[in-house]
Amino acid sequence: MLIEVRSDAFDPLAELSRYQDTSVPVTNVGALAVFVGTMRDYNEGSSVQKMMLEHYPGMTERQLRNIVDEARSRWPFDDALVIHRVGELFPADPIVLVAVWSSHRGTAFDACRHILEALKHRAPFWKKEVLEQGERWVETNTDGYAPALPPSP
Amino acid sequence: MTIRVRYFAGLREQIGRAEERLAFENLSCVADVWKAVCQGKPLPGNVLCAVNMEYAGADTPVSDGDEVAFFPPVTGG
Repeated sequence: MLIEVRSDAFDPLAELSRYQDTSVPVTNVGALAVFVGTMRDYNEGSSVQKMMLEHYPGMTERQLRNIVDEARSRWPFDDALVIHRVGELFPADPIVLVAVWSSHRGTAFDACRHILEALKHRAPFWKKEVLEQGERWVETNTDGYAPALPPSP
Repeated sequence: MTIRVRYFAGLREQIGRAEERLAFENLSCVADVWKAVCQGKPLPGNVLCAVNMEYAGADTPVSDGDEVAFFPPVTGG
């Protein structure tokens, strides 16, 4: 399991490949579910030129670890990888990678989705957008998507 | 007792500082810490709190040496 907060740009597929080659026992893993979040060049009707992502060093890693541990207690997956950017980002830059390896697709999909949704609600990251008209903090993280409730432990 | 208080994102900009140390004897919970730094104002419902990097509520106890953080709703991912 690897959880990283990075201030430098990363290539999600290269990270995925490197981690899988070195850390995942692929012979007994039947499924890999992957989510990659990238920066849009628009939000709420405005063109966004760049974004500053702030976090709470220490608490961020601790909360991400809690989220992945909690997911693992509900879905017995084999391994997981979470990488999240901070600092200055530009449109199309990858922001977050969540990957889950498991014996079966259901566990991989569900755990990946749960980790991402929990991250968006609990990991202490904040986005500030730079527009032509100035800067603004992103106030909420919801985009109308309502995830299904996870199963009870 | 001494409490390290930290602020993040828009709240840091509103308050005008990233962190400070409070040295008071009458801080028993997170709400007391907020009142001490905000001239007695109650803790707003949209401000999130953490004690020693775990989420906390207004009534979560604090003790000497704790790190208390206040911040707006998170927007990562």
